Amino acid sequence: MFMDEVIRIENLSYAYPDGRRALTDISLVINRGESVAFIGPNGAGKSTLFLHLNGILPTEDAVRVFTRAIDEKNIREIRRRIGLVFQDPDDQLFSPTVFDDVAFGPLNLGYSEAEVRQSVASALEKVGMSGYEPRLSHHLSLGEKKRIAIATVLSMSPEVIVMDEPTSNLDPGGKWRLIEILQKLPVTRIIATHDLELVAALCQRVVLLDGGRIVADAPADRILGDRSLLESHSLSRPAGFNEASSLPGRMSPFQG
Amino acid sequence: MKHGFLDKYSERDSLIHRLDPRTKFVAVFFFILAVTLTAPAAWPVFAVYFILIATQVFLSRVPILYIFKRSLVIIPFVVLVAVFVPFFTQGQVAVGFRIGPWDVSVTYHGLQVLGTILAKSWLSILALILLTSTTRMTDLLRGLERLRLPRVMVIILSFMYRYIFVMVDEVLRMKRARDSRNFGSGRRLWQIKTIGRMAGTLFIRSYERGERVYAAMLSRGYDGQSRTLNELSFARSDVLFCLVFGVAIISTGILTFLF
Repeated sequence: MFMDEVIRIENLSYAYPDGRRALTDISLVINRGESVAFIGPNGAGKSTLFLHLNGILPTEDAVRVFTRAIDEKNIREIRRRIGLVFQDPDDQLFSPTVFDDVAFGPLNLGYSEAEVRQSVASALEKVGMSGYEPRLSHHLSLGEKKRIAIATVLSMSPEVIVMDEPTSNLDPGGKWRLIEILQKLPVTRIIATHDLELVAALCQRVVLLDGGRIVADAPADRILGDRSLLESHSLSRPAGFNEASSLPGRMSPFQG
Repeated sequence: MKHGFLDKYSERDSLIHRLDPRTKFVAVFFFILAVTLTAPAAWPVFAVYFILIATQVFLSRVPILYIFKRSLVIIPFVVLVAVFVPFFTQGQVAVGFRIGPWDVSVTYHGLQVLGTILAKSWLSILALILLTSTTRMTDLLRGLERLRLPRVMVIILSFMYRYIFVMVDEVLRMKRARDSRNFGSGRRLWQIKTIGRMAGTLFIRSYERGERVYAAMLSRGYDGQSRTLNELSFARSDVLFCLVFGVAIISTGILTFLF
C-alpha cells in the first residue's frame, strides 16, 4: 500500500499573514484511486488546505506528495501530477481563448507543438468540449467554463485532480453532466464541496472539516448517514426546519 | 453577459480582415507616424491621407457610420488640450475682444494649429479604429508578440482583454444592487461617496482576483516565462499590401514638400 500513497499530511497547521488560524493539526493519507470529498461549512479551511497540496502555500515537511516533501526541484513535476481546479472559472481561465488556456500548462511543461495540440484536443474531448478551441472564454456559459477549467488541468495528464466546489452555482442539469464527466476520469479525485448529492455520487470517503480541524474522516455512507453530525456542522437542514415546519400547502424553501 | 465594444466587426471577412495582424499593425504605426510628421496646415496632404484611410474602410466593409461615430470619441480630449492654442499663438489677429481687464485675441496661425491638431488626431484614431475593427483582439495580441513587443506588455494587454468583461459585469451587478436600494433619491454628496466606495470595492476585488489568477497560473507550471505557439503566416496579399501602402505613404510624404 505504501507505494500507492499520493498525499500524506502530518500535523499541518497554517495561519494567514494577519495571524488568523486557518488550519490546525491536519493529518491524513490519500491513496491512489481514491475519491475523497472534503466537506465543511463556509470558512472551514478547505480551499486553504488545497493550496498546500501543490505547494502554492508553504508546507515545509508537513505535506508529502508521492512520498516526497515539496521543494524547489520537484515543484514543477508535482504541479503537473496534481492538477488544481479553482472554484471560480474566471480565475482559472485567464487567457483570451479556450485553446490558449488549455495549452497553458502543456506549454509551460515544454511540450512540442504537436504534443501541445494533441493534449489540448484530448483534454477538451474528455470534458465534452471538442471544437471550443477558438472560442473566447468570456462568451461561454458558466457550465462550459467549469468544464473547460477542468480541461486546463487534464491537458497536463495529472494523476490527482483537486477541485474546489466544482458544482457551485450550476443548475441541476449542468451539475449532473459535470458529475458524469468526473466519474469517467481515471484519476484520484479530491473534491471540496457543500453538495452532498455530489459526494454521494462520486466519493467513497469523506473528510469533514470545521474551524480548520478534521472533525471526521470516514467512509462516505457513514458520514452522509449521520444526520446529527452533518447538522452540527451546518451541512444539512437544521433541526426545526423539517418537513413538519413548512407551511401547509406550500413548498418549504429549505427543502433539499 | 456579452460585450462587443472592443473588437466589434472583427469577425467579418474582407481583404483587410484577412491581412496578417503584423502587417496591419506596422501599417497603422507608419501611417500615424507619417500623419504626425506632416507640416501644419498642409491640407491637401491631409486630404490624401484621408482618402487613403477611407479606401481601406470601404474595402474592409465595416459600416462607415460605425467608424465615424467611434472616431468622434477622440474629439473632446483633443479639444480640451488644444482649445487654448488659438489664444496663445502669435500672428495676425483674426478676432479680438475684451473680457474685463484682458485683451483676448484669436490669431489665424493659432486657428491653423488647432485645425492641424484636430486633423492629425482624427486621422490617427480612424486608422486605429479600422485596425481593431478588422483584427480579432487575440490575433492582434499574437501579432504584437511576434513583433517582439516586450512580453510584459503583451501579457498586460491580454489580461486586460480577458478581464475587462468580467469587471464590466461586476460593475453592472454592483450598480444594479445599488439602484435596487434606491440610490437615485439620496443627496448629491452621499451619492458621490457611494460611487467612491464602489470604485474602492472594485479595486480590492480586482486585486484579490489577481492573486487567485496568479495562484491558478502557478498551479499550471508558470515560472515567469511565457510560451506560445506561432500561428501566424504572411501571405502574398500581405506583401502586396505593404508595397502599395508603403508607396502611398511615402509619396504623400513627399507631397508635403511641394507646399
